[in-house]
Amino acid sequence: MELTGAEITVRCLQEEGVEFAFGYPGGAVLYIYDEIFKQDKVKHVLVRHEQAAVHAADGYARATGRVGVALVTSGPGATNAVTGIATAYMDSIPMVIISGQVPTPAIGLDAFQEVDTVGITRPCVKHNFLVKDIKDLAVTIKKAFHIAATGRPGPVLVDIPKDVTTHKAPFDYPKRITLRSYNPVTKGHPMQIKKAVKLLLSAKRPFVYTGGGVILSEASNQLAKLVKQLGVPCTSTLMGLGGYPETDRLHLGMLGMHGTYEANMAMQHCDVLLAVGARFDDRVIGNPAHFNQEKRQIIHIDIDPSSISKRVKVDVPIVGDVGQVLEELTKQLQASKERGDQHALKTWWTQIELWRSKNCLNYDRSSKIIKPQFVIEKLYEVTKGDAYVTSDVGQHQMWAAQYYKFDKPRRWINSGGLGTMGFGLPAAMGVKMAFPKANVACVTGEASIQMCIQELSTCKQYHLPIKVITLNNRYMGMVRQWQQFFHGNRYSESYMDALPDFVKLAEAYGHVGMRIEKPSDVEGALKEAFKLKDKLVFMDFLTDQTENVFPMVPGGKGLSEMILAEDL
Amino acid sequence: MPMRHIISVLLENEAGALSRVSGLFSARGYNIESLTVAPTEDASMSRMTIVTRGSEEVIEQIVKQLNKLIEVVKVADLNEGSHLERELMLVKVKAQGEWREELKRMSDIFRGRIIDVADGTYTVELTGNGAKLDAFLEALDASVILETVRTGACGIGRGERILKV
Ligand SMILES: Cc1ncc(C[n+]2csc(CCOP(=O)(O)OP(=O)(O)O)c2C)c(N)n1
Repeated sequence: MELTGAEITVRCLQEEGVEFAFGYPGGAVLYIYDEIFKQDKVKHVLVRHEQAAVHAADGYARATGRVGVALVTSGPGATNAVTGIATAYMDSIPMVIISGQVPTPAIGLDAFQEVDTVGITRPCVKHNFLVKDIKDLAVTIKKAFHIAATGRPGPVLVDIPKDVTTHKAPFDYPKRITLRSYNPVTKGHPMQIKKAVKLLLSAKRPFVYTGGGVILSEASNQLAKLVKQLGVPCTSTLMGLGGYPETDRLHLGMLGMHGTYEANMAMQHCDVLLAVGARFDDRVIGNPAHFNQEKRQIIHIDIDPSSISKRVKVDVPIVGDVGQVLEELTKQLQASKERGDQHALKTWWTQIELWRSKNCLNYDRSSKIIKPQFVIEKLYEVTKGDAYVTSDVGQHQMWAAQYYKFDKPRRWINSGGLGTMGFGLPAAMGVKMAFPKANVACVTGEASIQMCIQELSTCKQYHLPIKVITLNNRYMGMVRQWQQFFHGNRYSESYMDALPDFVKLAEAYGHVGMRIEKPSDVEGALKEAFKLKDKLVFMDFLTDQTENVFPMVPGGKGLSEMILAEDL
Repeated sequence: MPMRHIISVLLENEAGALSRVSGLFSARGYNIESLTVAPTEDASMSRMTIVTRGSEEVIEQIVKQLNKLIEVVKVADLNEGSHLERELMLVKVKAQGEWREELKRMSDIFRGRIIDVADGTYTVELTGNGAKLDAFLEALDASVILETVRTGACGIGRGERILKV
């Protein structure tokens, strides 16, 4: 029996076991929407802006590890989706985006709502396709899911012209697919692993630096085993938080631009560094020349060869799946008779504890104004550290990362690579769709939340009782902080004037709004909000306007050149 | 030191594959001296030769980034072994009076072929490596050169070095 392209598209999604497609209709995808209407296996979630569709699919993917799916129309639908796609690309999130396109005979003629979607998205997708022939449709969608989910994951876009959705072909969804040009290596090279074992055992000041790759590869258990076996200190990047339990003593907190003193000092001064699924990003190591001033040997495990020796020269590269390689490493370490230099390790820990005793995340707990850090600490307590926390971008994001202690992977969901304001709320929708019973908090700022605030309407329609935690400092705080430090206190265009009354706004959307102005009300309000299990509560915390994020490694500086709160 | 490298790429012969490669080079700021591409004996695949310049680290990244493109099947840096390099050039020259004889002789010396003869012009076809083509142009008086077109280099490994799937 022959099916239309629209039928085939929806059938493919069903075959892939897709639970939710986040999208927005339009002319070029009308036939696909018609097929969505006729079935109920794939539930469609109607957002209010295509950027949010992609962020929601992204949040779903980050929380579940499955491929997120978004569906948008041609032209403006596709261009609105680009920010979301780039966000997912920078953080290696598996996603399939289906976009409508003008009919094939109209392509290239500046047709109504025509843009070169494949051209526009090419630099920010793992791969993309334009399906010109109905015969290729099913196999292309199969390829898209395969490419998105394997190797280093990423978003894949499939652009489908309208006429292709009406053409007919027999439907045959391939069970498996192999591509001669795409075969990611998953098993680490045995010789390299052997070298790594030797190096780790010879270390005097070992350190384990872990990134988003640990989460993507579901390698938390393997990582914990290895770190505990060695008894060495470890750290996580912003993307890696939750990959190793933050409440464990061996974990020194996050590193990088706003990392802890102890994590950054250990990173700078270790003699053997094991980098696991991390990419030596500029926000992590600061100035590479400064980083290279200290001699250290680096072992780097990553599924993507191009991440290795890109910014920092590596001594022992291991290309492979992080989980598999860690497992092999641990096995060989256990089998080895040697135990490493325990005396040196003890001295190293003494040094680390000294750094740790600086208590770099301390802040004024007696303040009469709500300190943003305090809100996050209370959020952590009230949710017993077990919430899914999404965030937007700015100071609030850093405070959430610093003060919420993530013990499990996939609980911390933020746009690390692209730094996309507007990500938090739609991402939380995706998480809440996936885990309706879980506590989901979106930590945001009064500037960021306004970038996708229209999604409060989507939350109403689909009964998504998210808790929106707005740290309202009346400033684009992160911008203001840089202006204070590096631009002579000239707060150019960073004051958020004419803010709406968020309580009324939340109510207008059919939700509960709360304004919290005193530190003594913070805990009670949070408890009350989380008790309202079936309500979205928009919490507007009026926080200290001029609080800054510390520690901070200024741009162009080295990791050991942090500014600490006590320095000012 | 930025060294000149010749990189050979086998890639799926699909619409858009070329722009993925050229897009990669511009997005990451890699240099392209020349780029040639055409289908191979297996029509499902194309072979591309890219001449680029970069430090060892940059060339390593270029090779890795090329490999990362989904449609790229194989990549080889020909500079890693001995290889051959050829480029084709067509030169239209003013060929009048005593110059006609002289140009014929020059073309013979460089093993060129005159492939079009008109009243006042010759078109010379020349193959060789880039340096040889440059040398031919330098040997000519600038005033006689009317037009030149070059293909850019294509390269292949010597002997047993084979790039194939
Ligand atoms: C879409 C987008 N535009 C601009 C920026 C630059 N930017 C980074 S943080 C920030 C301020 C965010 O302010 P707010 O959401 O209030 O958070 P705060 O820093 O005050 O916690 C801006 C404008 C960005 N990251 N994303």
